Amino acid sequence: METVMLDTGISERGDMQKSRVKVGIKKLDLFYSDFQALKDVNMDIEEKKVTALIGPSGCGKSTFLRCINRMNDLIPGCKVTGDILIDGTDIYKENIDVAYLRKEVGMVFQKPNPFELSVFDNIAYGPRTHGLRDKKKLEIIVERSLRHAALWDEVKDRLNKTAMGLSGGQQQRLCIARVLAVEPSIVLMDEPTSALDPISTGKIEDLIAALKNDYTIIIVTHNMQQAARVSDYTAFFLLGDMIEMGPTTRVFQLPGDKRTEDYITGRFG
Amino acid sequence: MTRMEYDHHLNELKHEIIRMSSLVEELLAKSMKALVEQDIEEAEEIIESDDVIDDLQNAIEEQCITLIATQQPLAGDLRIIFAAIKMATDLERIADYGVGIAKTVIRLKDEEYIKPLIDLPRMTDIACEMLKKSVQAFANKDVDLAMSTAKMDNKLDQLFRQIYRELLTYVMESPRHINQMMSFVLIARYLERVGDHITNICEWIVYNATGKRLDLD
Repeated sequence: METVMLDTGISERGDMQKSRVKVGIKKLDLFYSDFQALKDVNMDIEEKKVTALIGPSGCGKSTFLRCINRMNDLIPGCKVTGDILIDGTDIYKENIDVAYLRKEVGMVFQKPNPFELSVFDNIAYGPRTHGLRDKKKLEIIVERSLRHAALWDEVKDRLNKTAMGLSGGQQQRLCIARVLAVEPSIVLMDEPTSALDPISTGKIEDLIAALKNDYTIIIVTHNMQQAARVSDYTAFFLLGDMIEMGPTTRVFQLPGDKRTEDYITGRFG
Repeated sequence: MTRMEYDHHLNELKHEIIRMSSLVEELLAKSMKALVEQDIEEAEEIIESDDVIDDLQNAIEEQCITLIATQQPLAGDLRIIFAAIKMATDLERIADYGVGIAKTVIRLKDEEYIKPLIDLPRMTDIACEMLKKSVQAFANKDVDLAMSTAKMDNKLDQLFRQIYRELLTYVMESPRHINQMMSFVLIARYLERVGDHITNICEWIVYNATGKRLDLD
């Protein structure tokens, strides 16, 4: 009798396609004054893939997300050590242009936060900030961004009306379009659907699947099924430690760490 | 600890599999006893009792579907549910072979056996032993026991080939009893297949415990 291992389809590599590290995180520590919120996090995030960050509240996943576009710089007492390399460049280097970094690394938040402007002006806001004035070019960018965010057909007849009149789901897609308008290469999403109904959530998830052809997406979610549905890789955080990271199918079928299994199966505490 | 209700249902599922396995083992042992003793009444009871096992299989499948639909099982929970569905299918097939033996008892009711039955009961004993051990391996997530239990299938294969050869010579010597000999060969084949199903069960036990898919055949 022979014992033969069958291929379970659960491998450490998401797929065999050639992949490239977009964001490399090395020995990342983060302190809020005395409190250490991230402890020696090491991680490679692949280009044009969706990476989900999961973990209980307060585990450091949103803090980690905010490190990637240096949003934590705005928090008093916050100190970051270690390296975050985007395309090989250390973003915590002294001469980094943070405004440019945040254009490269867009962010979508939990609650849709459109400006109290028209739909058009919301999308044109970023490009204008970066100095674009040409009306024709702005029109092209607005349409392309809204199409990319799967919102164009719903708003094309109301571009000059206020964005505040859109539904929650539409507002969130508007915020995604606003991010896309400045042509980032990375999109960070911090629980982007937690304030949305299931239909809007479904639309955002479809959108994430479409966007990963062009963007590297990192998403924080409390919804395990969402992580399983949308991501290629999943990283589990607990009390500031990155416990494990691997292809999503592997993490959800055969987690390598008991703490991951306890968390994803809802047996915590 | 959270999810007590969920854990309760998963435990229940585990117990249902253990119960189904015990019932199947009992059915198989009884069918062989009925064959040896040419006990028609027992054989009829066995054929009827198969409904209980079919119902149990359906109930297990229902439970699994409900858990998938309502609890979004992942990791080890998902594996036990998937393993339970597959194991219930294999157990139900084993019961069908037991019923096949019981039907043979009725078919041969007016025939006097031309030889005492020795190796068929031996095969049944091995199969029942395998079932017992596999249940134990399942309950304790004992991978080693599952693997050694699957190995016992070799004995069933050997006995099947031996019985086949032996009955072939009987058929040549006494073509008049061909019906009886053919029936016994078929039963030997049933029991050989039972061994294959238990091997499958052992593979699912290993999967449940480790997430690895082995081919123990």
